[in-house]
Amino acid sequence: MQRKEMVALVLAAALLLSAMPQAGVAQRVSEFWDPDEFARQMALLEMEPVGPPDKPWLQALDPTWVDTSKYKKDPPWTICFSNAGLFNPWRVVGFTTMQAAVEANPLIKEFIVLDAEGRDEKQIADIADLVASGECDLLIVSPMTTAALTPAVERAAQQLPVIVFDRGVNTRAPITFISPIGGYAFGAQGARFIAEQLPNGGKVLALRISPGVDVLETRWAAAERIFAETNLDIIGVEFTNDDRAVAKSIVTDYLLRYGQIDAVWMDAGATTVAVLEAFEDLGYEIPIFTGEDQQDVLVKWYEEGLTGIAPTYPTFQWRTAVEAAVMVLSGQPIPGPEWKLPQPTITNETLAQYLQYNMPPQHYALCGCEDLPGYPQRWGGR
Amino acid sequence: MPPIFVVLLVICVWISFLNPRFATVPGIMSFLMRAAPAAILAAGQLFVIVSGGFDLSVGSLITLVVLGSSMLIGGDPANTPWVIAVMFLIGIAVGVFNGAVTSWLKVPSFITTLGMLVTLKGFALLWTGGAPRGALPNNFRVFGRNRLSGVPLLDEVPYAVIILLVVAVVATYLLHRTGWGKQLIALGDNPRAARLSGVPTAKVRILAFVASATSAVIAGILLGGFSGVSTNVGDGQELGAISAAVLGGAKLLGGRGTMPGAIAGALTLQALFTLLNLLGWPKPLRDGLQGVIIIGAVAYTAWRERRS
Repeated sequence: MQRKEMVALVLAAALLLSAMPQAGVAQRVSEFWDPDEFARQMALLEMEPVGPPDKPWLQALDPTWVDTSKYKKDPPWTICFSNAGLFNPWRVVGFTTMQAAVEANPLIKEFIVLDAEGRDEKQIADIADLVASGECDLLIVSPMTTAALTPAVERAAQQLPVIVFDRGVNTRAPITFISPIGGYAFGAQGARFIAEQLPNGGKVLALRISPGVDVLETRWAAAERIFAETNLDIIGVEFTNDDRAVAKSIVTDYLLRYGQIDAVWMDAGATTVAVLEAFEDLGYEIPIFTGEDQQDVLVKWYEEGLTGIAPTYPTFQWRTAVEAAVMVLSGQPIPGPEWKLPQPTITNETLAQYLQYNMPPQHYALCGCEDLPGYPQRWGGR
Repeated sequence: MPPIFVVLLVICVWISFLNPRFATVPGIMSFLMRAAPAAILAAGQLFVIVSGGFDLSVGSLITLVVLGSSMLIGGDPANTPWVIAVMFLIGIAVGVFNGAVTSWLKVPSFITTLGMLVTLKGFALLWTGGAPRGALPNNFRVFGRNRLSGVPLLDEVPYAVIILLVVAVVATYLLHRTGWGKQLIALGDNPRAARLSGVPTAKVRILAFVASATSAVIAGILLGGFSGVSTNVGDGQELGAISAAVLGGAKLLGGRGTMPGAIAGALTLQALFTLLNLLGWPKPLRDGLQGVIIIGAVAYTAWRERRS
């Protein structure tokens, strides 16, 4: 009997270890803080983009141009794409847009996609496989993590034209790197709005998805700097893992503990509605919040007359990658080595124009996909 | 009175000192509403624990219920009733499978249900492509989120609390007042003796796993209602359920346990987390404490066994 109890104890301990969350995540914000880049992004926010106003995915901010005549090739083309993964609705919407954009272009005969399922080592192998296949006229890469993918992208760029978008790599080997203005601008806009709206001493809860991802770290790094210059009381900084259940219980816990929260700053909008529900369900008024361009956020914001702001990280950049590939293979100059896309911010004043009641809750308003084949059903709309 | 009720009372009094809102009717209702899924899960888990097994698959089953419901409902509230029925059928199938493999193939339940945990989670993520999609309509979420108003004396009662009450009564009756319940305890206490005295062990054990899986489906519906679509919603729930049962005086490896104890155990865990939150403990530390509690409770039970 005693030995059985021991076995049970060991099993329980093993179970515990496997279920333990990664505790004590160190804060290494400095690594993600670059004052020059912050200043540059804030300047870009004020700038007027170059390009067609009705096609923001073809616009560029303060562009320099790269000559691509040496990559010119007779159509039809085969375009290859190494995707970091489809692990959140943002990537699902973006990838759907990308596939539709490929279909819409008769000059592209084939679109070969390898999905790295969120693993660096798989993506490194994927890129090598695509290059070795000899079938790609051009390679698009959406990297998993910056440092790990840099050598792989560099090697690929010696063999064929490469375009990178979303997360960057530490090399100038690709023809261009497509991304919106950036995380500092995203984080700063929400934080500035909160700083303007709240009185001194206002209580702010900051919710982040997870540590260590550069496009998310920069959002918080900027917000943290801005909050530090105010007299606001930052009552907590917590990680939600992008999960509604986690987000809702964190906010409920803070409400029970502090009795009042005046604003919630978030580094993304996927769990915003769950956060707002936590206030509702405990009978509190919904405070000032930051969200993103998901339809569920926008609809709740509009219908309940809330006060918020939604910086965006537009999904239309997935379309830009396809358009850029076509321009390169046609020999047209493109913005590079960086192609900075506009990054619109949704405010109480502009909210109404982004509402799309026919689209699903996790659809992103800035998909740039309304004129593509299969819209809206392909994106889950009616 | 079992010690767990004293512990629960002490923690609740302590919370009331820190947060007077807690000791009001709405405060208690909110607390019970948050604790309801874990308490229901503990009730289901107890059937398996007294029979001498574990059910580790309940957390993944919860995730599958939440993600599967959002996929099948597909934004049309008219689908909610049949989808809920399908979820119960899936739950029963999972329970029968767990019980059958454990009984007939003689695979320890720890391994059977661990395999089921991985399988169900994998299936749920495959189904949704790894990202939460769709949404749960209000007529699904009402059970986990809304309250029945106009109740005499109490004013508003969350549906989750009513469901918890019903589950508690039914589960207590099944374990302590039926032949099946007595056979379960006999099976956990001494499987050989139970078999020789004519207990249909396979049938008794399979029903225990079905009860556990059914409780996971109910908990899943409540959790999905509370927070909406989420891929992590079930993570670690099995640990909470086992901790609760053990805290409530159940013996790991079977033969002893009471239903009111297990439910009180779940309420105590929830109260403890509420208290630690009010005291300002960070969440990872609170989660970690749960493991210390389970080990402590098992060690205490083992020590008491030796002494008696």
